[in-house]
Amino acid sequence: MAHGVTNREVMAIMESLCDTMEKEKDYLSELDGAIGDGDHGVNMAKCFREVRKKLPESRDKNVGAILRSVGMVVLNSVGGAMGALYGTFFLRLAQEAGEKPEIDLGDLVRMFQAAEKGILDIGKAHVGDKTLIDTLSPAVRALEKAAQQGKSLSDAMSDFEKAAKRGMESTRDLVARIGRASRLGERTKGHLDAGAASCYFILRAFSEGMKQAG
Amino acid sequence: MKKFINDPFHVVDEMLEGFLAVHGRYLRRLESARTVVRADAPVQGKVGVVTGGGSGHKPAFIGFVGKGMLDAVAVGEIFTSPPPNAVFEAARAVNGGRGVLFLLGNYAGDVMNFQLAADMARAEGIAVEQVIATDDVGSGPKEKASNRRGVVGEFLAWKIAGAKAEAGGSLEECRQVAEKVNSYTRTLGVALSPCTVPAKGTPTFTLAEDEMEYGVGHHGEPGTAKIKLMTADEVTEKMTGEILEDLPFGSGDEVAVLINGLGATPLIELYVCFRKVKQILDGKGIKIERSYVGEYFTALEMAGFSITLMKLDPELKSLLEAPADTPYYRL
Repeated sequence: MAHGVTNREVMAIMESLCDTMEKEKDYLSELDGAIGDGDHGVNMAKCFREVRKKLPESRDKNVGAILRSVGMVVLNSVGGAMGALYGTFFLRLAQEAGEKPEIDLGDLVRMFQAAEKGILDIGKAHVGDKTLIDTLSPAVRALEKAAQQGKSLSDAMSDFEKAAKRGMESTRDLVARIGRASRLGERTKGHLDAGAASCYFILRAFSEGMKQAG
Repeated sequence: MKKFINDPFHVVDEMLEGFLAVHGRYLRRLESARTVVRADAPVQGKVGVVTGGGSGHKPAFIGFVGKGMLDAVAVGEIFTSPPPNAVFEAARAVNGGRGVLFLLGNYAGDVMNFQLAADMARAEGIAVEQVIATDDVGSGPKEKASNRRGVVGEFLAWKIAGAKAEAGGSLEECRQVAEKVNSYTRTLGVALSPCTVPAKGTPTFTLAEDEMEYGVGHHGEPGTAKIKLMTADEVTEKMTGEILEDLPFGSGDEVAVLINGLGATPLIELYVCFRKVKQILDGKGIKIERSYVGEYFTALEMAGFSITLMKLDPELKSLLEAPADTPYYRL
């Protein structure tokens, strides 16, 4: 690996994440509308508009501080299960990144493992329940594997993104077993889970940003 | 979508501004979070009763803040749980030195955010207990009752736990009585038409002219089944039958009955249904001690209603009869 990922690159990733949520607002709400109440896109967009407002304050801070600030905004802006889950996600990334000025692939593996654990602890969902975990867990496994195989940061992030996408797609055929959609049982089959989709967009933003850095 | 709103992003804040302007005698908004508290909070020496949840259920939740009921409500987006800091600030603002009781419905977002808030409050030395309502028979089988949704039965828990707190009950006593309300309360709902969440702009489900959704909650989510339209008596009989069997309620029981409109069903229809519930209960030797008919916990403009029965014992009866003074419920 040429070099690690710097705070400036993490800032760029956060900015692209804000853009993505704005762009995918209607798509995410449409997915949610099929088996939920249809506001996932708007809530994510609203949340990341708040993130965007706060981002300039983190401009010259370290990676952990940037992610911590994002996590606090996500946790406390729009609420909902997604606020708690994604808030925890960013806060755990931040905790693991600590005060490092730069992060490498090994750091990323630990960061995403910590984020996954945080989400599992608070959300109590498992792979196969038709939630964002179906996107996140396979992505983290792919990242671990790529690191063990000594792949470059860029290749590892490609594996990460592909696994996330496959994971998201897998929710189409699943019956929701947790959350509000679970009350609909079999009626949830045939629809992508909105949380799995928004999680994919988040992970894709990391992957694309890291690939540019690596 | 035809609604009297401005920007869907601002509808909750604009509603709150209006609500506080009308009902400022009862409640005030915190500066630190989107949380409303009883005007005289914190009441020293009294357990604070806190709830919260998504907006879109008017008059729940904020309509029941006041003496004898709720001390604080954390206000979320439409049908979206409030963030943890809103709940945490609620706990701080109403802690009168004897701890705070969180009452919430069994929704993933609410459970997570209240849990995070409880952790934050305890870290500051505030005693917190919580009770999660699961009264909706339509949301899961009896074997998995702890997975069920909390719906309008929560109103009865607010009334009773609020009365217990007002009477000087300890945090543990308030928690216990709220648990009792939950275990003695069963609800079932039906809908004739969906609602439209402003942020989405299209209805949450569609129904043919001759169909109804059975077993709905109060978020405009579809029910457990689409069934053929029935008359008021037929559907009331089906719903009441399932509720009675679930606890079960039986001859000699004393109950409270709550017929709740979901937003677009007129009172005339709710009273028709209440009449049928009374006939059924009379026939089974179940005595109605107290009745509530109206809108307590709505789902925006969803047409539909729910039936709730709560089994009473002397303690629950006396707490139901205790005075309350809130914008939408007075006794």
